[in-house]
Amino acid sequence: MKLSALQQSYINRRSYSFRSSGPLDSSSDTAIKSPSAIFWLIFHGLCCLISLLLGYRFSRLVFFFLFSTNFYASPFRPTADLVRTLDVHSVLSNNPVANLHLPLINKTLTNSRVVVGRHGIRIRPWPHPDPVEVMKAHRIIEIVQKEQRSQFGVKDPRTVIVVTPTYVRTFQALHLTGVMHSLMLVPHDLVWIVVEAGGVSNETASVIAKSGLKTIHVGFNQRMPNSWDKRYKLESKMRVRALRIIREKKLDGIVMFADDSNMHSMELFDEIQNVKWFAAVSVGILVNSVNTDQMVDHKAEEENPRMPVQGPACNASNMLAGWHVFNTLPYAGKSAVHIDDRATVLPRKLEWSGFVLNSRMLWKDGGDRPKWIRDIDTLEGDIESPLGLVNDPSMVEPLGSCGRQVLLWWLRVEARVDSKFPPRWVIDPPLEITVPSKRTPWPDAPPELHANEKPEMGIQEPIEKHSTKRTSGSKRRSKRKHGTRTDTQVLTRHSEQN
Amino acid sequence: MEIWRWVFIGFLFLADFAVKIQPFKLGRSQPTERISGSAGDVLEDDPVGRLKVFVYELPRKYNKKILQKDPRCLNHMFAAEIYMHRFLLSSPVRTLNPEEADWFYTPVYTTCDLTANGLPLPFKSPRMMRSAIQLISSNWPYWNRTEGADHFFLVPHDFGACFHYQEEKAIERGILPLLQRATLVQTFGQRNHVCLKEGSITIPPYAPPQKMQTHLIPEKTPRSIFVYFRGLFYDVGNDPEGGYYARGARAAVWENFKDNPLFDISTEHPTTYYEDMQRAVFCLCPLGWAPWSPRLVEAVIFGCIPVIIADDIVLPFADAIPWEEIGVFVDEKDVPNLDTILTSIPPEVILRKQRLLANPSMKQAMLFPQPAQPGDAFHQVLNGLARKLPHDKGVYLKPDERVLNWTAGPVGDLKPW
Repeated sequence: MKLSALQQSYINRRSYSFRSSGPLDSSSDTAIKSPSAIFWLIFHGLCCLISLLLGYRFSRLVFFFLFSTNFYASPFRPTADLVRTLDVHSVLSNNPVANLHLPLINKTLTNSRVVVGRHGIRIRPWPHPDPVEVMKAHRIIEIVQKEQRSQFGVKDPRTVIVVTPTYVRTFQALHLTGVMHSLMLVPHDLVWIVVEAGGVSNETASVIAKSGLKTIHVGFNQRMPNSWDKRYKLESKMRVRALRIIREKKLDGIVMFADDSNMHSMELFDEIQNVKWFAAVSVGILVNSVNTDQMVDHKAEEENPRMPVQGPACNASNMLAGWHVFNTLPYAGKSAVHIDDRATVLPRKLEWSGFVLNSRMLWKDGGDRPKWIRDIDTLEGDIESPLGLVNDPSMVEPLGSCGRQVLLWWLRVEARVDSKFPPRWVIDPPLEITVPSKRTPWPDAPPELHANEKPEMGIQEPIEKHSTKRTSGSKRRSKRKHGTRTDTQVLTRHSEQN
Repeated sequence: MEIWRWVFIGFLFLADFAVKIQPFKLGRSQPTERISGSAGDVLEDDPVGRLKVFVYELPRKYNKKILQKDPRCLNHMFAAEIYMHRFLLSSPVRTLNPEEADWFYTPVYTTCDLTANGLPLPFKSPRMMRSAIQLISSNWPYWNRTEGADHFFLVPHDFGACFHYQEEKAIERGILPLLQRATLVQTFGQRNHVCLKEGSITIPPYAPPQKMQTHLIPEKTPRSIFVYFRGLFYDVGNDPEGGYYARGARAAVWENFKDNPLFDISTEHPTTYYEDMQRAVFCLCPLGWAPWSPRLVEAVIFGCIPVIIADDIVLPFADAIPWEEIGVFVDEKDVPNLDTILTSIPPEVILRKQRLLANPSMKQAMLFPQPAQPGDAFHQVLNGLARKLPHDKGVYLKPDERVLNWTAGPVGDLKPW
């Protein structure tokens, strides 16, 4: 900021004025080359040398003691070169001036309680944060943010009803926890309908119980198939099942579809409050590239330089003109068919998660329901996307400044179908088998120490075991082993010292 | 006069109490609240028609030539003197007939002598001012009529009309003797200080309005920083041990709260400085070498509650804006307990302060926009001058009466400019 530049040049100016001897001249424009000036120069140099030897600047002290009587006498100096200190320890410990108690002379012309001069730097006995204060401050911040939301955010927010199809697998905890934490942050009322393929299970129940949200956990009595195609179809069926639940329970609010591997932004939940009956948002598609090294989004590829986005397309007058749909041509023949194929997983033309409904359109007594929305009971067969529920697709409302804002991202990544994971991700009892890893710089620990550290070693083991099951690249695997090896090595050293 | 002022204030207090109940009920849903200071609800007064100002035509060497030599004067925090001149030249309160004028303005740019780094040197300012006054007193009869009591001058430098950047030297010099009877419009304000005259009008320092406008972020961005400050704590060039700079207050803030997660304080210069202020609940405005700083203006514009750490400071337009209700005042000796003080403010009080800050007339009063808009700082200055009218009888001197001492002050000041 400008202030720093100002300060910098103040340095140049002020140091000049400080160096000029205090009591003599007030306007230091000219330098007088007279014997007294030379004497002062030499004296000043001598003082500097002595300060260098002693380690602190004592010239002020000398001036004070020598010239204090002069200061009292001169009428034009209400607060002159005074050194006033307070009884607190100052920052630099090798400054004994601060510890001196000098009498305070306050011959001011005006009755000011503010004194010019050197003050002590007040530091309280324990200058660290107090947890009670921190909590109070967080409460204040919460209240301020709530007030901000009520003034500038959504007025009269409606309940958000979230529909999530899921099933038990290795990556379920990863995906579901992500969605759960996003939903926990939503400031509006929420109802979470989780439909689980293969029936209600304890795994899923234990994950969603940690959310503290109002949940409806329903089982679907078919197991999730292995191919992506069939999986999408089953998911559609599960979502329609959830819509029927909403219809039966007459839940009132806004229905959105949160697939458990999607990522949502908080702005999405504010934007969907604008829906009247049926709306669409833009979904960013993060497609796994063919060489499964990392999850690269298409910005890196030259044939498709921009991230593909699915959603409503608007014309110049901000009316819905069409749909942006995922282009599957570049991936023809190369896409993944089964869940653990090392190939690109493609979305369908239009994903369910890009659509938002008003729950009233699902109700039986659709008195309010506009004519261009079909009753869910009249559906014969399955629908591939919610557009199957509308007779006239042009009546769909585009949200997110007419589809220009991408508010959620679609991504499908799953582990191998035969991968195992500990139930509820709890290791109990600790595993005992060690699997030596190749290519580490440290030698294996001598066998006699193993008996002492079995409990600590146990915690490291499952990570090693899992890395063998990962479908990721070899780089990641060795890095992981590197890390765990370090930990175990540190532990061995500690126990040696003990 | 005194008693009427107290009666007026007492009446306002009662009225305010009666009116207070309503805003509290409605205040929950309204984003702003009316501001009324000790002089009443005067922020939105229109000065046109209430006063007439005559602008002296000084030779170019006092204003335009100086500006030509260094156009940086238009952007630094002392630029108010230049913009005030421009505003008055084209304002409806200006009169070309000095006989009917209530106030006389002398356009002399005393803070436009800049160093290479952009800081103003005040060494020639007393001589410049003196020379300007000599000119107007010899060419027009209006100065001698009142010895300057119906004249006003803009002196936005560090310590106002004391014309020095170092406080001790400024106190030693005192206010320029020739300005003893004039009204001073200055940024510096500290109670019981030599450099603040009775009847001065304090104004905010200049902050560029367009630059601040371009950095506004949407209002629904949640405020997640508790306390925010960017600036120096130790002025290592001039005061390496600390204790002199800011009377040790800034150093105390650093030493006590440098590891506190609630305090986002550092000496960095981020490019997102303005955006960060809009995401903070409290912004620290401690004193530096002088008690005032543009941080106060920035905090008000960005809706961040200013925490003012400067003993006895007089804030801009103190009679029109009730700063006690808008900002938080912390004594320098209470700085170690700053976190306790801030967290113990009741949330309703914090919300009310934010509502007052959101009032557009409050933000407008702190700015010097080009071209001038109603309610801005130019108009507040004119309102302040209008509130001082009519001049009382003591202003006009008898033909032979002389009060000012033209030879007072340091010898260096008497040299011609």
